[in-house]
Amino acid sequence: MIASDTTSELPSARRRSFLATYGVWIALAVVLVALPYVLNSGLAISTMCLMGIMIIFSLSYNMLLGQTGLLSFGHAVFFGLGGFLTAHAMNIVRVTGAPLPLEVFPIIGGLTGLLFGVIFGAVATRRAGTAFAMITLGIGELVASSSLILRSAFGGEEGISVDRTRVLQMFGISFGPQIQVYFLIAAWLFLSVAAMYALTRTPFGRICNAVRDNPVRASFIGYNTTTVRFLSFSMAGLFAGVAGGLAALNFEIVTSSAMGAAQSGTVVLMAYIGGVGNFAGPIIGAILVTYLQVMLSDVTGAWQLYFGLLFIGIVMFVPDGIAGLVARQQPVLVSGRLHKVLPRYLTALLPGLLALAGLSMLIEMTYQLTVNAPEGPAMSFLYVPFDASSPLPWLIAAAMLAVGLWLFLKAGRLALEAYGDAVEAARGNVR
Amino acid sequence: MRKFVGSGAFALVVLASTALSAMAQDTLKIGYVDPLSGGGAAAGQIGMNQLNYIAEAVNAKGGVMGKQVEIIPYDNKLDPQVSLVQIQKAVDQGVRIVIQGNGSSVAAAVSDFVTKFNSRNPGKEVVHINHAAIDPSLTNDKCSYWHFAFDANVNIKVEAMTNFMKANEAIKKVYLINQDYSFGHSVAEAAAAKLGAEGSSIEVVGKEFVPLQKVTDFSPYIAKIRASGADSVFTANWGNDLQLLIKAAGDAGLDINWYTFYAGLAGTPTAIKQAGLEDKVFQITEGVNNLDYMPMQEEVKAYMAKYPDAPIYYPRLFNAMGMVFKAIEEAGSDDPVKFVPKLEGMKYVDFIDGKEGFMRADDHQYFQTMYISGLGSLGPNQPFEEEKTGWGWKVAATIPVDDTIVSTTCQMERP
Amino acid sequence: MLEIVFISTLNGVLYGMLLFLMASGLTVIFSMMGVLNFAHASFYMLGAFFGFEISRHVGFFPGLVIAPVLVGLIGMAVERYGLRQVHRHGHVAELLFTFGLTFIIQEVVQMVWGKLAVDYKVPPALDFPAFTLFATEYPAFKIFMLAISIAIFAVLLLIVKRTRVGLVVQAALSHPDMVGMLGHNVGRVFMLVFGVGAGLAAVAGVIAGPALVTQANMAAALGPILFVIVVVGGLGSLSGAFVASLLIGLIQTFAVAVNVSLADILGDTQMAETLSVWFSDIWSVTVAQIAPILPYLLLVLILIFRPRGLMGNRES
Repeated sequence: MIASDTTSELPSARRRSFLATYGVWIALAVVLVALPYVLNSGLAISTMCLMGIMIIFSLSYNMLLGQTGLLSFGHAVFFGLGGFLTAHAMNIVRVTGAPLPLEVFPIIGGLTGLLFGVIFGAVATRRAGTAFAMITLGIGELVASSSLILRSAFGGEEGISVDRTRVLQMFGISFGPQIQVYFLIAAWLFLSVAAMYALTRTPFGRICNAVRDNPVRASFIGYNTTTVRFLSFSMAGLFAGVAGGLAALNFEIVTSSAMGAAQSGTVVLMAYIGGVGNFAGPIIGAILVTYLQVMLSDVTGAWQLYFGLLFIGIVMFVPDGIAGLVARQQPVLVSGRLHKVLPRYLTALLPGLLALAGLSMLIEMTYQLTVNAPEGPAMSFLYVPFDASSPLPWLIAAAMLAVGLWLFLKAGRLALEAYGDAVEAARGNVR
Repeated sequence: MRKFVGSGAFALVVLASTALSAMAQDTLKIGYVDPLSGGGAAAGQIGMNQLNYIAEAVNAKGGVMGKQVEIIPYDNKLDPQVSLVQIQKAVDQGVRIVIQGNGSSVAAAVSDFVTKFNSRNPGKEVVHINHAAIDPSLTNDKCSYWHFAFDANVNIKVEAMTNFMKANEAIKKVYLINQDYSFGHSVAEAAAAKLGAEGSSIEVVGKEFVPLQKVTDFSPYIAKIRASGADSVFTANWGNDLQLLIKAAGDAGLDINWYTFYAGLAGTPTAIKQAGLEDKVFQITEGVNNLDYMPMQEEVKAYMAKYPDAPIYYPRLFNAMGMVFKAIEEAGSDDPVKFVPKLEGMKYVDFIDGKEGFMRADDHQYFQTMYISGLGSLGPNQPFEEEKTGWGWKVAATIPVDDTIVSTTCQMERP
Repeated sequence: MLEIVFISTLNGVLYGMLLFLMASGLTVIFSMMGVLNFAHASFYMLGAFFGFEISRHVGFFPGLVIAPVLVGLIGMAVERYGLRQVHRHGHVAELLFTFGLTFIIQEVVQMVWGKLAVDYKVPPALDFPAFTLFATEYPAFKIFMLAISIAIFAVLLLIVKRTRVGLVVQAALSHPDMVGMLGHNVGRVFMLVFGVGAGLAAVAGVIAGPALVTQANMAAALGPILFVIVVVGGLGSLSGAFVASLLIGLIQTFAVAVNVSLADILGDTQMAETLSVWFSDIWSVTVAQIAPILPYLLLVLILIFRPRGLMGNRES
């Protein structure tokens, strides 16, 4: 009787575990395939291509920062070098006619990233902490500066340009249209994400975490922390190189700015805003930051100010990033108190929005009167036209900010209480 | 966490406003893809001001073929890859004319992208109006049917400048100092070849390359220039690399002449004034506001009534826009496929001096009268000072258009 | 030859002292709080613009006092209401906080003073050549800069080594709880340190502003060179930063004077010809051309072979 019960239950348990294990990946694949049909404008597809590349790049960065606890300021070096070598390979193939289809070129970028990861890693990973961060800063600066001096290798400031349609074409895909490149990037994205996720599940991934959390203990149980850091650094170089290779065939040009300090800084932002403690964090961060970089400068000239405020806000109030914030809602779901917490969140959201609108209006009016002064004081905010030089809009904006903030703080306290209760309840459930 | 809720909402606001701003209207849309933030923002903003002024003036007269001209800014942050995404955005919003100029690297990337884009997307062709990038490869080995260069390229400027220097008997020893990247090298090589050519009385006493935008202290370079015994310096440096170089020369009391490409660029006249180098710093451009040509001076005054910070720095933007509008009206269409053939070979009366220039069909390089001017105190009929320094650009020499023509290796692929 | 050595040494010392002036505030914050302040260059820029604005109304020398005080107060507010919240999330969060701050300061400066360079002049009282050496004039302002730099070094050293305040600050870094229990307000100590660091950055800005170019991109233009000085000198060592500034100033200045390339060293041998084809890029690159990247090379080498830095007493 007992035996038959077990056998009848096993298949269903297996099915559940199959879905639990692979469901996310199937969903990811479906989303990747469906996206360009939903968002089908040229800009949307170009932006998604860029996002795909940046997701791989920021995930590779998180192998360092999130998984192994290494803060690097020179990660773009591998992205750039991968891109350059891929571009050179494409040009060589075009000239020699070697039978190499475009689909495999990102491997060249990856191998380049790996190679330089090994070289620079041997130098940098002998140290951890601040010393490591400074070494990577120095390496980044050295490579970026050298790229302008070594003109035949890096093409000077014009970079190396390629034509992705001039290599062997398989299945009649020319890779001229952006949508075809999108699917190529999506395929590589899927592979890379899966590979990097799998890596975190291996013993190696766990040891990386141990080295991050307590290097002394990790070395006591017999692991050489330098070797672990070195391996992690090399692997991060590999995937950054893949991203760089994809960037080369997406943009059909690689310039030295691809490995400059700005690019290295961007990847830190992406990983941190998304959340370094969570595998999905850098993905969210890459999507958000890329979107803001592409779109924000159209909406407002003062985009750097908003970008800085957003970033500081995240560092101060959501240090585990957006993914961490989402993950923190898990007890709310577990305790089944979503219906109680959610309305509280919403009541806090509305005055918060009001305060933000007030702040943003103040910034935009200041911008109009300073940077945009030649265009006159007439402007519009949220489609309401007004005159920025008259006192009334200033009073309204200040009032919006003050009232919104006051209400937000009140409602926010209630929301936090509700959240706290839910967490308590969840703990009770577990017990 | 509270802050995050706000940021999310903010992102929503951003989303909504981008969606709405993309709504189409029937205007002649011109995309301006140049740096509006970061290091190149000062130059980009000046171009933007001028374009807005030009568009307003044209619209007040009824627009182009009855259509109002709309200038849409796209901040490319002086980055080639960002530029390509921004152009894609511009195309989606109905832009067929892209104006870009700052940064040779960006211009090369944009020209390349536009060429490929046009061959892959027939019916959506875009034209690249380059108002400032002067790398000779853009109109030589990398030339494109869809690219038009309105500023004189390096070869033209070096040719004109070195001819002027060779004719000046006071110049005996020249020191070349340029930024260490392809642009600086192409200038240095061309200048060394011209100045050191047979029959030239000029000796090149130094050829220096300074790392691009990395140097804070230029006094060691000044020491080298002094040690070489040079009486003149030829440099294509721009931005901080020129401002700091000139200030260091002023500090050390180095009393020689400076022949430059970019002494007029935002911020540099201020540095020259601070260094006290009156009538010692020269630049080569397609003209200055203090030229004795009244229609232009009136226009500059009207411009400065709105943008009082500085007079017109990019006269070529007026030429470029005027020629594009003329081509559109001649072709009767704002489709680049139709009006680009009209631009080829077009003759045009230059905004700055009223003299005629032409767009060479072979390589899409615009040829115009060039001027060498020095910065110093102003005389009568020279009303325009730079950056409130009290000094302005005064013409030292005029190079007629026929003397600016250089050969090209361009083999234009026409569609 | 003697002339070149003499002039290069003088130029190198002057440049090195400018670097120390810029880096002193960073060293103070870094060595006493352990915070890598990425916004240091932004405070430096604020100092320059404040100094410019004040000099237009009341003159340069009042600006030299008022601007650093104002920027120091801003720095204290940043520490009190921003950095302190972030402190418990660790050093990476602190560093990224200051990273975000750079965007905000950059945009605010652009909004207030515009994107163009402002005309921040050397004060007339110091606008004359102090002395002339081998036909090269040395402006009095540069000598003034040198004096201020050395004065700051001396005063800081005195405070850290010889006063109670210095002892408390150093103790607060390694044993904050113990210092707190002894009755010192650790929070206030850190706030003060950050304010002083920001103020020192502003002093550098007020002085470097007229010497260099006061423009909204001056923070970005400075680059990471100051980190090199702090790290090469040794974390937590003021004297180390001083020595490193001098060293880097001299290395760069002398490198610029050297026009030697690989081609010159190897000459016209057969091997040299083959090599020149393979390494065409680096073949003719002179030492002068790579002068400004030498500090980064030094940084990497120092961290590999002597991670404590020149005069540091601990690793990180």
